[in-house]
Amino acid sequence: MRKFLHGLKYAVLLFIAFLHVIPFYVLINMALKLPTETTSKWRFPVHVSWDNFANAWREADLSRAIFNNVFITASAVALVVIVGALASYPLARHQSRLNTIIYTVSVACLIVPALTILVPLYKFIVDLGGINTYWAAILTQVTFALPMTIFLYTGFINTVPRELDEAGLIDGSSRLGIFFRIILPLLKPITATVIIIMGVQIWNDYQFSIFFLQKVQVQTIPVALSQFISQFSNQLNWVAAGCLIGMMPMTVVYLFLQKYFIKGMADGAIKG
Amino acid sequence: MKRRMQSKGLINLMYVPAVLLFALFIFYPFVQGIRVSFTDWNGYSQNYNWVGFDKYKMMFSDKNVWITIKNTIIYGFGSTFFQNILGLAYALFLDSRIRGKGLVRTIVYLPVIISPLIMGYIWYFFFQYDGGAVNDAIGLFGLAPVDWLSKGPVAVWLITFVNTYQYMGTAMIIYLAGLQSIPKDYYEAASIDGAGGWTKFRSVMLPLLMPSITINILINIIGGLKLFDVIVAMTNGGPGYASSSISTMMYNLYFARQDAGYAAALGNTMFVMIAIVSLLALFYLKRKEVKM
Repeated sequence: MRKFLHGLKYAVLLFIAFLHVIPFYVLINMALKLPTETTSKWRFPVHVSWDNFANAWREADLSRAIFNNVFITASAVALVVIVGALASYPLARHQSRLNTIIYTVSVACLIVPALTILVPLYKFIVDLGGINTYWAAILTQVTFALPMTIFLYTGFINTVPRELDEAGLIDGSSRLGIFFRIILPLLKPITATVIIIMGVQIWNDYQFSIFFLQKVQVQTIPVALSQFISQFSNQLNWVAAGCLIGMMPMTVVYLFLQKYFIKGMADGAIKG
Repeated sequence: MKRRMQSKGLINLMYVPAVLLFALFIFYPFVQGIRVSFTDWNGYSQNYNWVGFDKYKMMFSDKNVWITIKNTIIYGFGSTFFQNILGLAYALFLDSRIRGKGLVRTIVYLPVIISPLIMGYIWYFFFQYDGGAVNDAIGLFGLAPVDWLSKGPVAVWLITFVNTYQYMGTAMIIYLAGLQSIPKDYYEAASIDGAGGWTKFRSVMLPLLMPSITINILINIIGGLKLFDVIVAMTNGGPGYASSSISTMMYNLYFARQDAGYAAALGNTMFVMIAIVSLLALFYLKRKEVKM
């Protein structure tokens, strides 16, 4: 009986793994098949061809898109870490009435779906001359990543004993000095969480990028893919190859650092 | 003392950059959005007229808005329901001693880090009519192909399914973390008191998992109500508005129909709706947490 249950467990485990891999199996099949081969999507290609990848890479200008994605994500994540960590220290430690209001309002922004203010935000960026510029994309990403970042950082700083700050004060450090010398080095684990959660969110963003990055030169992967797909909707094999290339960078990072991804997500949820 | 006061006020300078960003890119547009919703502005011209509450009134008589709101609720609550049930089931299963669970965890969590737009396209290959993977499969059993995505209500549930498939990994990870934080002696104590498996689950595990449940429900509701990318990839909200969410409808109103006033009115309504739902859910779940 016990042996049977044990076997059943592994059967279920295998079944789950199998079930979740199916979408990627079909995607890979399609990406490797020549458009002339019209066999079922379930079937492995008779002739494995890499042409689709070459076509998608060229037509969607994916090298450019990957560069843009890396640049925008890296800048936005760096900024959100700096601005978020700085803002969280006074909000966590110096709880005056004003600061409590500021904290509450900024965390309330978590709930606001960014798209509800899309119309006026878009107009505002147009007026600023920010359409098709990196800075507008980066600053909007940073702004909408900040509520979660502040939420995570203040939660973490609250768990750091205040005695540390007081010891610093007695030693004659300024508040700023305490932040940079005592608090900041302690923030490493939560910073890893922020980088992972916000990095994934900004890397994959489509909602904002589609509005602010319309020109090919500045497009990120999701925007480039969506344009490519509306242009080549009858070349589904190219589309599949494009999707595979598009998901590759993040997937590789995830497979190498999955321990941190999963821990980061769990930590973020528990601290919250 | 004076120096200390000064430096206490000075540390507030540290949040000025954050507050500036909020002011510029959230509050200013938010206030402007209220203004725009009372006009018939088309999104680009210099001229517009004040129309009072017309755009809001339009919403009530617009059949598409009601369909869209209904869809958005399904996307929000449907995904939340399935993600939590499946996430918890997977977490319970993978929390047991079993080899290879790390690999399965990695696979189940993988979609979370992939762009939802790409995920939508991948599933489009399954549900497309001509040569779609699902139609191919049911063809083996002699069934006629189905045009899955052209039927509004069916498409809505399929999109909900895709969103669930993609993000149930998050729920699973959070539940796993929650399960691992429950001390093992609690179960032993319950066993000694004669509790069976189900009683242990209901009276020990569930109450202690309440914080994980709260955070999961909130993340999923907020994520589901905002759903955009997957819909764009799979149906683009169509046919008509049959599978649109408030996000895709707004996009459509602004850029295709060039009715910025209407889009803004819809945006404000959605804001109020999501804020109320999220706050109610938060208060309800927080109260439950304390009680238990």
